[in-house]
Order: sequence, then C-alpha cells, then structure tokens
Amino acid sequence: MDFATIVEILDSAVRLGTPLLLACLAGLFSERAGIFDIGLEGKMLMAAFFSGAVAAVTGNAWLGLLAGVGGSMSLAFVHGLASITFRGNQLISGVAVNFLASGFTVLIAQSWFHQGGRTPQLSGNGRFEPITLPGAEAVKDVPVIGQIYANLLSGHSILVYVAFAMVPITWWVLFRTRFGLRLRAVGENPESVDTAGISVIRLRYTAVAITGVLAGLGGVYLATGLAAGFVKEMTAGRGYIALAALIFAKWRPVPALGATMLFGLLEAISNRYPNIDLGVITLPIQFMQAVPYILTVIILAGFIGKAIPPRAGGQPYVKER
Amino acid sequence: MTFLKQFLGAAATLALSAGAALAEPAIIYDLGGKYDKSFNEAAFNGAKRWADETGGSYKELEMQSEAQREQALRKLAESGANPIVMTGFAFGDTLNNVAPDYPDTKFAIVDMVVDQPNVESIVFKEEQGSYLVGLMAGMASKTGTVGFVGGMDIPLIRKFACGYVQGVKAANPDAKVIQNMTGTTPAAWNDPVKGGEIAKAQISQGADVIYAAAGGTGIGVLQAAADAKVLSIGVDSNQNYLHPGQVLTSMLKRVDNAVYDAFKAGPDLKPGIKVMGLAQDGVGFALDDDNKALVTPEMLKAVDQAKADIIDGKIEVHDYMSDDSCPVQ
Repeated sequence: MDFATIVEILDSAVRLGTPLLLACLAGLFSERAGIFDIGLEGKMLMAAFFSGAVAAVTGNAWLGLLAGVGGSMSLAFVHGLASITFRGNQLISGVAVNFLASGFTVLIAQSWFHQGGRTPQLSGNGRFEPITLPGAEAVKDVPVIGQIYANLLSGHSILVYVAFAMVPITWWVLFRTRFGLRLRAVGENPESVDTAGISVIRLRYTAVAITGVLAGLGGVYLATGLAAGFVKEMTAGRGYIALAALIFAKWRPVPALGATMLFGLLEAISNRYPNIDLGVITLPIQFMQAVPYILTVIILAGFIGKAIPPRAGGQPYVKER
Repeated sequence: MTFLKQFLGAAATLALSAGAALAEPAIIYDLGGKYDKSFNEAAFNGAKRWADETGGSYKELEMQSEAQREQALRKLAESGANPIVMTGFAFGDTLNNVAPDYPDTKFAIVDMVVDQPNVESIVFKEEQGSYLVGLMAGMASKTGTVGFVGGMDIPLIRKFACGYVQGVKAANPDAKVIQNMTGTTPAAWNDPVKGGEIAKAQISQGADVIYAAAGGTGIGVLQAAADAKVLSIGVDSNQNYLHPGQVLTSMLKRVDNAVYDAFKAGPDLKPGIKVMGLAQDGVGFALDDDNKALVTPEMLKAVDQAKADIIDGKIEVHDYMSDDSCPVQ
C-alpha cells in the first residue's frame, strides 16, 4: 500500500465521517441537556429531502440548505414538544420522528416530483461542489505534506469544513460559556438549575433546536454534497451509527470527532478492501461493518473506561410545587 | 324470513359478480420501490403497457418492510386478484407457504424458483446480458481496469458479477475487475452515498468503466462516475439517459416483458419455470441516442457476434447460481 492510497482512504473516511460527525454533535447537545434523541436518523432524512427538493427547484444549494435545516428543525420541535412540554417518553417520541420522516419524505417527494419518492438529479449550483483550498494545485506534487494538503485537506464541500469547525465551537460553547454550563447542568440536575431561577424548559428547547440545525446540516450534506439528490431512506442508518459514536465518545465533543472519523475510516477501508487478508485468516466485509457496534458494546460494557450518560437524561422535568 | 333469504341471495349474487369482475391481475414491487429507475420500474412499465393496450386495470402494492410480505400476498389473493406477479427473490419463501392455500390463484415470481403447482417462476439469464456489457466494458476501458458495484450480497448479484467478468476477460484477458458489494442487508439497495464512495475508491484504483447492479445505490455509482468523467453501465432498465454521453450502456433485464406476458396470460398463466435469456429477448443491452457516440462500430460488431454465439451455444456463459462459484475473478 503506497502513501497515495492511504491518503485516498483517509479522504474517503472524511467524506463518510462528516455526516456522522454532524449528527453526533447534534445528539451531543440534546443529550447533554437531558433529552435523549434517537430521532437523529429521521431529522437527517427530512433535511436530505427538503434540501434535495428545494435545491432541485431553485437550482441553489444554499436555499436547499436553509430548507433542509428548516425541515430538520421542525422535527426537532415536534420532539421537543412531545418530550419537554408534554413530558412524553423521549425514546418513543424519537422513534415516532423516525417513522414520520421515513413516510413523509417519500410521500411528499412522490406528490411533488412524480419520480417515485426521489427528487430530480441536482447539477451545477444545486450541489455543494468541492472547494479547492488556495495553493492546493501548486503543492500537490510535494511528497507527503503536499499530497496531504491537496488530496486530503482540500477538495471537500464547504459543509465538511463547517462540520470540523463545529467541534472546537461545541467544546467552547459547552465548557467555556455560561450557557454551556447551564446546558450541562440541566442534563445532570435540572432541579438545581430551576432553583437558580433559570428556565429548564427554555434551555432544553434551545438544545433541541441546536440539535435540529446540526442534524439538518448532516442531512443536507448527504443529499447535496455527497449524492446528487434525495433517494428514499438514503440516510441508511447513519443516525444510529452517530448515536453509537456519541456513546463511544462518552458525550464529549473532541472524542466525538475521533469516534466518527474512526467509523468513517472503517467504512472507507471496507469499501476499498472488501475482504482483508491477514495471512492466517481473512476478515470478511461483514466484520468491518459490525466493528462500530462491537466497539460501542465494549464501551457500554465498561471494558474501556465507563460511559456515563447525563444523569437526568430521558426524564421529563416536573417542576415541584 | 323470505325477505331475508332474498336479500341474502341478492347479496351473494352481487358478491359473486363482483368477484368475477375483480379477477384483475396484481403486481407487488419489492423493497427497492416502484420507481427505482431499475428493476421494479421495469416491472411497472410492463404492467402499464398491458393496461394501456388492453384498457384493463390492475392492482399494485409496494413493499415497505420485510414483515409485510405474507400479509400483502394473502390480502391480494383473497381479494380475488389473478394472477399475482411479484418481483424479487425475497418473496420465495413466503410464496412457497402461501401458494398452496390459494390453489385457484395463479402466481408468478421473478428471479426465484418456487416449486408449486400454481406458480410460474420466471428466471433471467443475467449472466448472458452481463457478459455482453462486460465485453463492451473491456473494449471501452483504456486502463485495463474496470469495476463492478453490486447491491446486497446475494447469489443473484454474484451472477451479474460473474457474467460481467467473463465478458471483460473475453475482450481483454489481462483486464482487472474490481468487485464490491454495497452491503449485506436490504439497506444496500438504497444507499447512493455509499455507492458513490465505492465508485470513487474503484476509480482511484484505475477503473474507468463501472457496472452498477445495485438498484437505488447504483444512482450514486453512476453519479460518481459521471463526476469523475469515467464511464458507467446501468442495469435492469435503460439508464443511459441519467448521464447522457457518460453511461456506456445499460444491461437490460426485460422484467417488463415478463410482467406483460404474465398479465396477458391472465388466469391461464402456465405454471413452471420460464427462462428468459438472450434467445428469448429476456436480457440485452441498451443502445440509444444518449450512448451511441460511445459505442464504436467494432464494439457493436463484437457484441452482436457474441450474442449470436451465445444463442447458438458456441459461447457458454457460466451461471454463478448453478454451482455457487465463478471460474474467473
């Protein structure tokens, strides 16, 4: 395996890991505020559909992005309404969100475009084209550093850079701002936050809205960055893998980057080498596809450190009288 | 009492006549969905052609999940639909259980053999069609490396792959074929993002013609190939129009003819195994305005020759499903 191949695989890992990263950070905000969200898959799917549909009609990927994020946020609002205002079961609400998105997208796509639950193919400005970073062309023949810069760092869609920028921003917001402190507190001990005179309801809605935006970006990237349009069920379980990554990262932003990129790398390797020959045994592709889940189970079982979810997660807050 | 009898009698007659009028054909599409631009869409086109020509009407159902299969089948059989056509190997077990319960209803299943007295099993010789497009891919490739992206890893898709490789090797014995399967669950039929990523990986390894036999996932493969300015090959339906001038050809699987024939036969459908190969026009390759600039006269000549040879039996294309192995890689 030469260096160029490694760069190509890493490049593919970045593309495949980015939707996971955005969804994982989305889940991080929600769960840190005490709202479990297994509806990430549905939100991404909804965003993928609306971005694909609006970008196809207007020919503008940015309008598609707005529509996609809007679609995702509307589902986030539904989830918030069910689990915060009406104090419903958060897992059931999340499942409902997934089902709703799965059916709604295909139904509306069929009624708008009559192409059997898909949106028309996007081209030109309807897609987020890869961006070539300054100087990438010039240095691409420089060994190692030039190759990494030109082939790995350059040539991604803008949403990839946004996703990576979100990691330090999330860390800063959560751990260095007053809002972040309150957000984490509301996920651990909402009573004390309430006692301090801060609205638990408002904080949780804010967290859920941020989740909507980030999961929406993930879905938009799928439909307008990686593929060229929406296809039914195109998220293909990425929302669930993002949840696994969130547990793997123990609800922290920087490890979330590591976890999602690791999962992206595993997928990229399995795309490139379906069966890995280790001499003695051959690893089948199924093994590579199962590794993210195996790792998550190992983490959950407490073999490598302990994954402790936010203490108030999953419990609706009832104000004492 | 008399009134009640009369009433019941009238109701029974009504029900009977309704039953007779309802003996319309039905079709069930598999998980890929009716408009997958591929396999199921071909089935839909066949049903539509029958409806347009005869003015008849038919029932249709789209599967949304694995769990619905038996219920959907029984519901259609009880509603009096006859014959009931279903697309996809995945119906095999279900149909094997359901068919004996409705001896008066005829069933037809595409891509699977179900041994029941009222079932027609329609199987295609995909390896023959894939051989032809493989031959074209081998001739069109400048790098000597071509790719294959399959959907869910099942013997049927391996059959496509095997025929394709044999065709490529016939054109260029030294050619390398990179083969990938998208996944091992039905989600592999609808993951264009992963399909595109696999195509990119193959392109970076030098593939300059990629054959996608992967349903909705194939849309992503064709897109990635078009973005990278390499050729691709569509499957099942004619997909040349998706990226005019960049899709070398499409391997046609005339599911539409199969469905049309079954609908036309109606309740008189002949049970047994029906093989659709090159000789029966069951498989082939697409040639239209969108790809005619890509297909050179030599290519066309070679493909026509190979087609004639396969029909004559001079070329024997190995069928993966006959022994679960492929002689070439």
